[in-house]
Amino acid sequence: MLAGNTAQARQTETSLPDATVPYVRVAGLKKRFGGRDVYASLDLDIGRGEVVSVFGPNGCGKSTLIGIMAGIISGDGGSVSYGGERVQSVRIGYVFQNYRDALFPWMRAIDNIRYPLEFAGVPAPDRDRRVDEIVALFDVGFDLKLYPHQLSGGQQQLVSIMRALVVKPEVLFLDEPFSALDYEMTLFVRDQLQKVLHLSSMSTVLVSHDLEEAIYLADRVVLLSKRPSSVAEIVPVPLSWPREPEIFADERFVRIKAHCFETFRREVRR
Amino acid sequence: MTEGDHTWRKLLQPLYGVVGLLLIWQIVSATRLVDPFLLPSVSSTAKAIWVGFTEGPLLFDLSRTVERTMLAFAFASVIAVPVGIALGAAPAVYEKLEFVIDFFRSTPASAVFPLFLVLFGAGNVTKIAVAAFGAGLVILFNAAYGVINARKTRVLAAKVMGVPQFRILTDIMLWEALPQIIVGMRNGVSIALIIVIVAEMFIGSVDGLGYRIFSAQMLFDMPTMYGAIFITGALGYVLNLVFVMFDKYFVHWSGK
Repeated sequence: MLAGNTAQARQTETSLPDATVPYVRVAGLKKRFGGRDVYASLDLDIGRGEVVSVFGPNGCGKSTLIGIMAGIISGDGGSVSYGGERVQSVRIGYVFQNYRDALFPWMRAIDNIRYPLEFAGVPAPDRDRRVDEIVALFDVGFDLKLYPHQLSGGQQQLVSIMRALVVKPEVLFLDEPFSALDYEMTLFVRDQLQKVLHLSSMSTVLVSHDLEEAIYLADRVVLLSKRPSSVAEIVPVPLSWPREPEIFADERFVRIKAHCFETFRREVRR
Repeated sequence: MTEGDHTWRKLLQPLYGVVGLLLIWQIVSATRLVDPFLLPSVSSTAKAIWVGFTEGPLLFDLSRTVERTMLAFAFASVIAVPVGIALGAAPAVYEKLEFVIDFFRSTPASAVFPLFLVLFGAGNVTKIAVAAFGAGLVILFNAAYGVINARKTRVLAAKVMGVPQFRILTDIMLWEALPQIIVGMRNGVSIALIIVIVAEMFIGSVDGLGYRIFSAQMLFDMPTMYGAIFITGALGYVLNLVFVMFDKYFVHWSGK
């Protein structure tokens, strides 16, 4: 009950991302794969309520990084902590790249969304209300009584995102959430997501292979180097929220993008 | 042409084959191309089925065969589904047993008849036990593989939600395995029927479709023999159909 109340209180706060107080701390992270280092020693701090996107060359271990942070892949050294606590004591939301493999096809969309509440310690009488809240927030125009395979790809990914957010996670991980969607759907889902990212003090880590998208959705862009990966540069994106698609043509946006691209090229060539 | 016409045409398609077969049969028997004793006419076979059902033993034989097949299938499922799921959830154990399971699954069940005769005697129990053995191995194998091949992403999704291990098994893996379990059960019921029919033919029987086919042949009662073969075929077809329907309604997401 207490957790629910504080989460609710948080949601009413006007949250400005505060990167000066690190909430998520990745320190000296080490991961070997096939006899080679993916990371030798990777450090990253993320503030409470901050949205960070991770961008880097192919095979630099972007998805592996959030997998380890979320505790579904084991690392080979180093530590990940959330306000000093282990991942097991934190509410996590995780959106997978492939919604087809991540949703439960035997449950209706609405039951997919409701499912994690039981394990997040939300008492049974409150679950319907929580589902209604998240559905109202997203304002979806399709029937959630349908099964996932009856929905379009974009709708399925929206269901995935709602399922991740319904528990009011302290940290949200998004693993290339748009890569399996066509362009039109990407725009739609991206804008739905943008609306909710700063509603609470939830910290978000987005893995992306699209630089524009990585900048568009983030407070800071973490650029990773080639293997063995480390943080090559962290680029702040001091643009106000909410952001409109027109921002892609904004001079500041273009400058940030050019800068990131320069760093990326240097890291790929190295 | 309307939409309705199309559906009707579609439904009528299989009848062409049936009518064609009956036509060839009738022509062959009427022209005496084959000795009419070996191949009686369509009408006399139909009559034998009718009489066999209304006055003769065919209905009782059918009920006995269904009873044995269903008992064998039920025993096999009750044991093999949970064991298969448990083995699938413990791959380390399954790997050690895989060869043994695969070996017996590949052994024709008819080869173990003599063994079961020694164990259970020449009664009803043996027929049901051998059929359950054959069906059970296929069901077990499929259930285990269904769990082993569960999509890793869904299991990870559940882990990230903090779902405890046992609930992952019951809420995720079981459902993931369900389409494969149904495939196993569908194969299992076919195998059970085959074994029951063979057992009724050769292991001291006094009833059942297998016994009827065999004894009709011994008595040179060819119409009854064809009739009993036809009923056996229809039984196999219906059992399969039941599982196809079951699959469609209960595992509606499968393959999508």
